[in-house]
Amino acid sequence: MNRLRRFFRSPEAIAGALILALLMMMALAAPLLFPGDPQAIAGPALLPPFQDWPLPLGTDRLGRDVLAELFHGARTSLAVGLAAAAAALLIGAVVGTSAGFAGGLVDEVLMRITDAFQTVPSFLLALAFVSIVGPSLGVVVAAIALGAWTGPARVARAEVLSIRERDYVAGARVIGMHPLEIAFREVLPNALPPVLALSSVIVAAAILTEAALSFLGLGDPNRVTWGGMIAEGRTVLRTAPFLSIVPGVALVLTVLGVYLAGEGVVESTAVRRSLS
Amino acid sequence: MSVLAVSNLAKRYRRGGEPFAAVDDVSFEIEQAETLALAGPSGSGKSTIARLVLRLIGPDAGRIDFEGHDFLALSGAALRARRARLQMVFQDPLAAFNPRATVARVLDDPLRMHNIASRTERPRHIAALLQRVGLDAGLAARAIHEISGGQRQRVAIARAIATRPSLIVLDEAVSALDVSVRGQILELLLDLQRQERIAYLFISHDLGVIRAIAHRVVILDAGRVAESGDARTVIANPQSAIGKALVAATPRLIRNRP
Ligand SMILES: Nc1ncnc2c1ncn2[C@@H]1O[C@H](COP(=O)(O)OP(=O)(O)OP(=O)(O)O)[C@@H](O)[C@H]1O
Ligand SMILES: [Mg+2]
Repeated sequence: MNRLRRFFRSPEAIAGALILALLMMMALAAPLLFPGDPQAIAGPALLPPFQDWPLPLGTDRLGRDVLAELFHGARTSLAVGLAAAAAALLIGAVVGTSAGFAGGLVDEVLMRITDAFQTVPSFLLALAFVSIVGPSLGVVVAAIALGAWTGPARVARAEVLSIRERDYVAGARVIGMHPLEIAFREVLPNALPPVLALSSVIVAAAILTEAALSFLGLGDPNRVTWGGMIAEGRTVLRTAPFLSIVPGVALVLTVLGVYLAGEGVVESTAVRRSLS
Repeated sequence: MSVLAVSNLAKRYRRGGEPFAAVDDVSFEIEQAETLALAGPSGSGKSTIARLVLRLIGPDAGRIDFEGHDFLALSGAALRARRARLQMVFQDPLAAFNPRATVARVLDDPLRMHNIASRTERPRHIAALLQRVGLDAGLAARAIHEISGGQRQRVAIARAIATRPSLIVLDEAVSALDVSVRGQILELLLDLQRQERIAYLFISHDLGVIRAIAHRVVILDAGRVAESGDARTVIANPQSAIGKALVAATPRLIRNRP
């Protein structure tokens, strides 16, 4: 409760939380407010915003409702961002814990693999992966996670290396606990806080990567994405700039919101830790 | 037959690149229901011996026989099963438990791991263990950090006796406790020893406590055995230089075993 109060004392954190809440509502409300296919034609092409009440943000080059696309795009962005970050954190935590706890050869091999993944730019990795496997939501999530798990793995390993020397781990061995249970039930949960502190940055980066992939035409073709909308709008940038500006602003706000809220959470827990 | 027989145990570490012997050619035996104390100045290798005996680290040389079997020959599942008979109590009872654990979980783990009680029977077992070490059974639901240091050390003892061990290693187990609590914990240990015939390897730098609880004592100096023998005899009349220094450094020795 205290932590919550401290979180809401910082104006940046409140702004971040508000943006995220709005985004969540957009994502959840999209199928209710715009039940039809957002990619269906809804009116005349290139209708400017604020002209026609049923189409408040106007239409794009093909006459699709921009507001509906924006709402459904929020769904894709959030879903991909959260799923990819969750996958990256899970893989990172498991790899880092295994490496740190096992030590020796296992550690050496796992960390060399981590190095290898880290030296390839994560966007190129995602690009290559999607080009080979083909664009679908699951593949995009996997592609993004593939380039994002190394950070959590390093942090988890460092944390596990220090926890593994604690008395309670020796105590678990003395009572005859299996090493796997010690690693994943006794050590991993206590190594998680600094790993989870990375999540806001990872979610923000994942949302941007998803947008970039869609911009390049490598997003799931059956879903509206903000990156895809920007790419669409680019062809008519001079005559209808709002088609790129609207999803662009949505993207910037989302990344900002995730980042600010994440920082707020980290700050409020950090204060708590330095106090105790 | 002795519960534990350690012979010619050695463990080397590196200090500033130079190898040095933290434990050097140490041998001793502990009989059933006997308390053997390890005494010695800081850095003399007491904790290293405890960790070797518990197989938390491996020796460079020597032999450890536990309950008549070569303890160093065990590995994997066989070692984990045998661990039920050889338990430990740490100095800092807070560091000895997972910070997220509750009292119930701490006591549940050994019962589950060694199939001592079924899931439905375990709460009753846990209550009995808590009562055995003089705690209220209602404490089970508390988090480890929500109980006092003395209570925590009692929980540590309850966990150690949960698997019915024949030997418990206690590394400075009463050093962090204040004097009145220390006396109660020593009483509890003596009582458990009388009833369950548990042997103790009792590590302490406090000769007063050793005199009160130990039958025999081994005095260590720089990883080697300086002298050993009946606890009272050695403390009353130490032969080695380090023994004399330790006795001189202890202001007032408790006269009798409580
Ligand atoms: N993992 C290690 N690496 C290097 N040196 C170590 C290690 N563990 C212990 N030592 C060294 O071995 C020697 C014996 O240490 P040990 O902890 O056994 O002493 P102790 O008798 O328990 O001391 P204290 O009374 O302070 O607890 C010390 O010099 C210590 O610095
Ligand atoms: Mg020690």
